[in-house]
Amino acid sequence: MSERCPVPLLWPRMAHSARRDSPELPDFSLLKRLARDQLVYLLEQLPGKKDLFIEADLMSPLDRIANVSTLKEHEVDKLYKVEYKPITSTSDQLCFLIRPRIKTVKWICDVANADKATGKFRRYKIIFTPQKFYACEAVLEEQGIFGDVTTDEWAFYLLPLDDDIISLELPEFFRDNFLAGDQRWVRTAGSALHLLHSLYGPFSKVYGIGRCSKMAYESWREQVAEGEQRTRQAEIGRVFLIDRDVDFVTPLCSQVVYEGLVDDIFRIKCGCVEFGPDVTSDKSVKVMLNSQDKVFNEIRNEHFSNVFGFLSQKARNLQTAYDKRRGMDIKQMKTFVSEELKGLKQEHRLLSLHIGASESIMKKKTKQDFQELLKTEHSLLEGFEIRECISFIEEHINRQVSMIQSLRLLCLLSITENGLMPKDYRSLKAQYLQSYGVDHLLTFANLRHLGLLVEQQPGETLTVMESKVGKLVNDKTAGKLTDAFSSLARKSNFRALSRRLNLVPKSGEEYDLRVPRDMAYIFSGAYVPLSCKLIEQVLERDGWTGLEEVTKLLNGNEFAVTGSNGADSKAKNDAQRIILVMFLGGCTFSEISALRFLGREKGYKFIVVATAITNSSRLLESLLDNHV
Amino acid sequence: MMKSKADEEDYWNSSKFKAFTFDDEDDEFSRLKESKQAVNSIRRLVEEDDDEDDVEKVSWSGEPVGSISWSVRETAASNQRTDREPTFPKINTDTPTLSKSNSGYSLSSLFKGKTKGGNFQSFNDCESELHCMNEWMNDDWSPEETIQRMQQGKAFSLEKFRSLQDKLLLLDFAVSAHDGNVITAVLIYLKRTLGKEVLFRELESRQTALRHLIQYLTETRDQRLLLELLRSLCRTGPCTTGREHLSITDENKRRDFLKSCLSLPFSPEDSAHVQDHFTLLERQIIIEATDRQAERGGKVEIFQKFPRRASILNMPLVTTLYYCCFYHYTEPEGTYSSSLNIRQTFKISEKQYFVTALAARAKLKAWSDVDALFTSRNWLGFTRKKSPLSFQRVVDILQKNSAPTQVLQDYVALVDDAELRISLAQKHKCHDIVINTYRDLKDRQLLLGYRGKVERGSAEERKIDELLNNPRRRWK
Repeated sequence: MSERCPVPLLWPRMAHSARRDSPELPDFSLLKRLARDQLVYLLEQLPGKKDLFIEADLMSPLDRIANVSTLKEHEVDKLYKVEYKPITSTSDQLCFLIRPRIKTVKWICDVANADKATGKFRRYKIIFTPQKFYACEAVLEEQGIFGDVTTDEWAFYLLPLDDDIISLELPEFFRDNFLAGDQRWVRTAGSALHLLHSLYGPFSKVYGIGRCSKMAYESWREQVAEGEQRTRQAEIGRVFLIDRDVDFVTPLCSQVVYEGLVDDIFRIKCGCVEFGPDVTSDKSVKVMLNSQDKVFNEIRNEHFSNVFGFLSQKARNLQTAYDKRRGMDIKQMKTFVSEELKGLKQEHRLLSLHIGASESIMKKKTKQDFQELLKTEHSLLEGFEIRECISFIEEHINRQVSMIQSLRLLCLLSITENGLMPKDYRSLKAQYLQSYGVDHLLTFANLRHLGLLVEQQPGETLTVMESKVGKLVNDKTAGKLTDAFSSLARKSNFRALSRRLNLVPKSGEEYDLRVPRDMAYIFSGAYVPLSCKLIEQVLERDGWTGLEEVTKLLNGNEFAVTGSNGADSKAKNDAQRIILVMFLGGCTFSEISALRFLGREKGYKFIVVATAITNSSRLLESLLDNHV
Repeated sequence: MMKSKADEEDYWNSSKFKAFTFDDEDDEFSRLKESKQAVNSIRRLVEEDDDEDDVEKVSWSGEPVGSISWSVRETAASNQRTDREPTFPKINTDTPTLSKSNSGYSLSSLFKGKTKGGNFQSFNDCESELHCMNEWMNDDWSPEETIQRMQQGKAFSLEKFRSLQDKLLLLDFAVSAHDGNVITAVLIYLKRTLGKEVLFRELESRQTALRHLIQYLTETRDQRLLLELLRSLCRTGPCTTGREHLSITDENKRRDFLKSCLSLPFSPEDSAHVQDHFTLLERQIIIEATDRQAERGGKVEIFQKFPRRASILNMPLVTTLYYCCFYHYTEPEGTYSSSLNIRQTFKISEKQYFVTALAARAKLKAWSDVDALFTSRNWLGFTRKKSPLSFQRVVDILQKNSAPTQVLQDYVALVDDAELRISLAQKHKCHDIVINTYRDLKDRQLLLGYRGKVERGSAEERKIDELLNNPRRRWK
């Protein structure tokens, strides 16, 4: 269909309503340099040759900020991955670069104790990143290693993945905070915010919604109060904090925008993707996906249906550029080779990669009846033909099609319908356990706890009970009780929210995906992501006024605060239009695309800070318990 | 994902530098300079604290810290405190604020010690400085102050909080500070210095702290205490038993464990699932033993033709059913491994049974079995094809098990919706069906068009020609 379309297909160039005066983004490469310099400093704390053990999930983030010669310059001899088994290193100095996890610290204790047993003397240093926990030190003490090991902290809070994406690279944040109710990362989030505030602030306005957001805000505020005030020109003016559990619908939908789709299918890890032979028709390659990739940068926010047309147009242009060679004389040829050829070759390589990826995506999606899957999702969002959706999900389960897919659809059904009817819940759960194993009883317990997959409560029992209990006890305990109840009583209220915020456009209306009219384009025009809609509304109203009904449906916990340096200078106008959005518990590429769209429409620039990049599979996998 | 992990492992095991793939190829020296400049530029924004510089940092070997220590101090230069008004207002974070009068200590004693640079202070560093040492010795901080110090990574001591009241104050302040790290630290202290009964009792009314303790015990794999805690809270449910169960690898022990679980207070619904799980595992152990022997004996044809790829132990019920439909389909209902017996015992739905049997028999290319699955007789003895699954799905399953066109077309023909039938028939090249459907629709144009799509000189082409040339046939 895009074949009919003339060259400028994409909305960055044609967006009629887009404002052209978007402010410039701050330079975040500074964060990388600071992290690298601190690491170097820490390595220098252990002079002499040493072997370095790196925790597996820190390797990619480390790759992004330092390289091996940096490490070698500071006398790192060999590099190992932490593997929880006896080590082979012969060095007499060992340095461990790890996340503050008890399992890893226990392993290090085992290593040190094994050395002690064989009378081997070594020096040990543990570098915790981004911070250490008292529980880890308690392990060192218990294992009799405290004092034999020096410990340090590498305050590597923030990794810029792109011009407008910063990640804390803490996927466990989601499970720890929302499922286990463990607040160990709250201060981490506050510190990350504090770092941004001191480098790119002062912020003048902070909005937020969600319990964790409130706590992170408080932690940040305290850290600011403890520290020094600076007077400088702010680069980032406003901040929006949002908990992942405010909106579970969005990350559970299939992604259909190119970058999200690539993440769903190939899994982008730390800004890098590995394309296998099915894409390259050769050996696997690792490709960085960011705005430096000119081809990718133009298609990343596009609905997938537009991508092919764009790529083929691009290929034709490239052909024309190459064809210029014909009929050139030697001199012209020389200029061509020295000035243009390299760029063309580069573009050629990128183009063929993304064409290969698109083909592979098409193949995979046709095989699994993607159309039908999307139809079901859209029906669920619309609340239409629910029986058909249930039987589709049932067949999915019966046929033992992907365990995660089935779970995703079940959760989507539950959230959009405010829980499953008891009869359906029991039958679907029983069938699920039969198909994928009874171990998933744990998964179901977890999902229920989070409110992702629940049975409808008869009547309003819980709310009634809650208010009764609330009357009996004083305010202090009531807070705690609400806390305890919130997970049980947590209703998604999706349908009501959707009506109030107009999240699901009327069906039957044509939606031209090439000229998106709102953020719904990221889901083929079927749904405006709730998280992004909230951000849009709050920015427009400069607070939550007028959104009282909405926040009530979202279980409250909203806030909007102005700093004392809120409204002093006029020159801050630009900074006011740079908005930092922090997703506590993860953010999807689709949401980032939606925010980029919103930014273009309204003249904002969004910077997304996420505890990790997530998608439906990662979100649900983190809630499985059968991998213990 | 698994694959890339394995690759990385190979790569890291070899631990050779030349294979290392950092993306950065720039000249290191110029980079460092650049970085210095950048860091310098922030430095100007930070007010210097001269007192701080007086403290010379010393590394463990006794050598003064090298060239880039300054940059690090800049990064962490956030700990200097001023008495200014907070720039941002405090918001209510749901937890009750604790009254300070309980503590008996005044706020003025807070921060009287010198604040050090560096956000997080470890014991080791402190001990090297007389300053800190003094602080530590003379400390008489209240629970609230102690919690604040812990949050800021400063030296502290919990040992002096010996009364239950003090301990609980400590815990409550930790909880109201929303710092999980500190909450857990206090809990570790409480666990060490309080009896279980007292600790558990107090945690019952402190949900946040309770969840931190559960998480800590899970992480340290302190199964015994975790179970005790949960039992005391009447929380025996899938969360606890499940984890324990998964750590048992030997199938017989696992079975015995499950049996012991049956008496636990699960919800009635979950207890039925656990019962089923137990029965299934029992069944699998029997089937596995028999089949392994049969396979080794080499006398049973099906095991020779289709060697088993994995043991059936611990597989889900549907996988077990598939296995039985594959290897034991014809067995009488009385045997443990008979697919019908499995269906009966576990009350498998008709649709589920049908889907599984269909896939298994199609895999074996046992088309007569497939056919028989659909055949039902009405009271007059006529047979007709019936399916609990839409025929479109049936075709899909058969096609995925590489059924030949002759088989496929029988089922494509049964798809009710004409449009869907035609598109399926075209997809799977069931020409007869397309031709017959166009004939029934009396659509000469479409039939003519389809003539171009079949092979020249084929039976299908002849059939189309016959239809088109038949003068008695009426077209739309």
